[in-house]
Amino acid sequence: MNLLPGNVMHFARILRRLGLHTGPGQTVLALDALTHIDIGRREDVYWALHALFVNRHAQSEMFRLAFDRFWRAPEGADASALIDEAQKPLPSPAPSPLSRRIADAFAELSPQLNANDDAPAEPPAADITASWSASERLRGQDFETMSAAEMAEAKRLMAKLRLPMPEVRTRRFAPAAHGPRIDLRATLKAALATGDLVHLKRKSPARRHPPLVVMCDISGSMAAYARMLLHFLHAITNDRDRVHVFLFGTRLTNVTRELQHRDPDVALARVGRTVRDWSGGTRIGVALEEFNRLWSRRVLGQGAVTLLITDGLDRDAGTGLDIEMQRLHRSCRRLIWLNPLLRYAGFEPKSAGIRAMLPHVDEFRPVHNLDSLAALVAALSTVTQACRAFPAVAA
Amino acid sequence: MAAHPVPTSIDQAAELLRAGGYVADRALATSLFLALTMQRPLFLEGEAGVGKTEIAKVLAATLGRDLIRLQCYEGLDVASAVYEWNYPRQIMAIRLAEAAGKAGDAAQGIYSEQYLIKRPLLQALEKHAGGPPVLLIDELDRTDEPFEAFLLEVLSDFQVTIPELGPVKADQPPIVIITSNRTREIHDALKRRCLYHWVDYPNADRERAILKSKAPGVADRLSAQIVGFVQNLRGMELFKPPGIAETIDWATALTALNAKELDAATVDATLGVVLKYQDDIARVRGDVAADTIAAAKKAAG
Repeated sequence: MNLLPGNVMHFARILRRLGLHTGPGQTVLALDALTHIDIGRREDVYWALHALFVNRHAQSEMFRLAFDRFWRAPEGADASALIDEAQKPLPSPAPSPLSRRIADAFAELSPQLNANDDAPAEPPAADITASWSASERLRGQDFETMSAAEMAEAKRLMAKLRLPMPEVRTRRFAPAAHGPRIDLRATLKAALATGDLVHLKRKSPARRHPPLVVMCDISGSMAAYARMLLHFLHAITNDRDRVHVFLFGTRLTNVTRELQHRDPDVALARVGRTVRDWSGGTRIGVALEEFNRLWSRRVLGQGAVTLLITDGLDRDAGTGLDIEMQRLHRSCRRLIWLNPLLRYAGFEPKSAGIRAMLPHVDEFRPVHNLDSLAALVAALSTVTQACRAFPAVAA
Repeated sequence: MAAHPVPTSIDQAAELLRAGGYVADRALATSLFLALTMQRPLFLEGEAGVGKTEIAKVLAATLGRDLIRLQCYEGLDVASAVYEWNYPRQIMAIRLAEAAGKAGDAAQGIYSEQYLIKRPLLQALEKHAGGPPVLLIDELDRTDEPFEAFLLEVLSDFQVTIPELGPVKADQPPIVIITSNRTREIHDALKRRCLYHWVDYPNADRERAILKSKAPGVADRLSAQIVGFVQNLRGMELFKPPGIAETIDWATALTALNAKELDAATVDATLGVVLKYQDDIARVRGDVAADTIAAAKKAAG
């Protein structure tokens, strides 16, 4: 009996548990693919399955680990070894084999698994820790679950949120009664339907929100706001398309995928597990550098507005911050800084970090009592003098 | 070049690319072979300048097929990607019919193929003399999500629907190559219909082979040093590490300057060919460049 289909299916299932998007369709295609190649060549089998099961670069490493573990055959093994391997039934077919296997896979792979899906394959976290782990505090975070009332309130507030980022004109057109251009296609169609009289149909450029990239500080000095900010970030991620969210303290983590879960409690729990530098120090310069190098081209591409939420208290005293802020500022449509530092009466921009950052933001939004989602939404939605001073952006 | 047959094994796929002057690794050859065999689009992702577009061009040339290129940009719509009606001609036809007193007939006639302007996607579904064409959908990440969603229909059924004419379906599906520079994530639904391949920077051996094939005038010694230097740059966490295109340009530039080997002055003067961001140039110019040259020379022997 040919056990290969079963094994490919099990392999696909393991990959799915590891976060790859391998549906039954892929499994069928993979089996088809294997009929076209020499399955005696491990390398060919590897790349054939890779082409079908992997669909983003960051998954490659996970795939490699899973492949090596599942299709365990010595490097350079000849045909029979692999085929034998593929023909063997899974170790113990009955009660718990699959789940245990997956549990094993999870146990072995969990560090990678918990790392962000989109994270680049190079080892970002380890390097940073190694360079100065002495005072870095790594820990997960548990959040109180959200009550139904809170959820309703969040929804209501999101509807009210007006970010200081006007919609931009796209290059697409939409029908509009008094648009500046004539829609020839619609005009001709209408003319054919009605007969003699030709009514000119018009169209005008469609408008949409630019993409939004949020970078949010989760260091010790911002700890009091963490839950509220995450609720905000969750709401905004699910409220509109093209939102990317990064959290940073001593390192930078992309939590967009985690936040995309509809249920805020599940999303926050995932974020709490994924991010390892809750309530530690802040290294804004390092975080921005990493963002600029690894992410800016991937998420700022289409004229994104960047919202930076931080108190600007930088452990590195602003080292390297100036250059990175400049670069960030140049790469995005608009850079908005929301600063909750004003909770201290008599705030002055004294900290080196703040002084390095201030010259490079388009808009500075200090918030006094950032104690609720409502205050945050209000702070972001106020139309300020500064916002009106940029008609060019609004147009 | 005589047209090659469609490869029937991975080795032949690799050979096909090699015949077109493209030095591919086994992974790419496997993905390409499967894409051709299973008639699925090949989705190529990778940094700028690693030779994604080139794959489609080489494929068209070696297989003797037409290359149809759809360059994506923001706001790309059906009118510029698939088809558009030739409105001036349609209006003219109606006027002529009116003048002849046969306005009623014109209404039926103006939505026929002679008033249709075919754009790349529609062209790709038509019959081509040399066999199904190579359809290159270049830099898909530059379009927006609605266009991606539209592509889903085209790529799964190789069919587009023109409301006035009905569906147009390809007899034989074209060979589809999609490239993305990853300036945004392409939706999984689209990727699922494709075979995915990440085009990485080549290792030193392959990069030397590429240089030999693409810039044959460059001496081996210089070529080895250039590759060593560029490979070092890629490990430096630059804002934009140089791609293969830059390596080839640089080799050509150095040869034009009659350089026999890398030296600090020439490298400093030509760094702009390799690095395209001022921050990166400022960082590498001077001491770092000198160290890298020394390392590259040592490695090149």
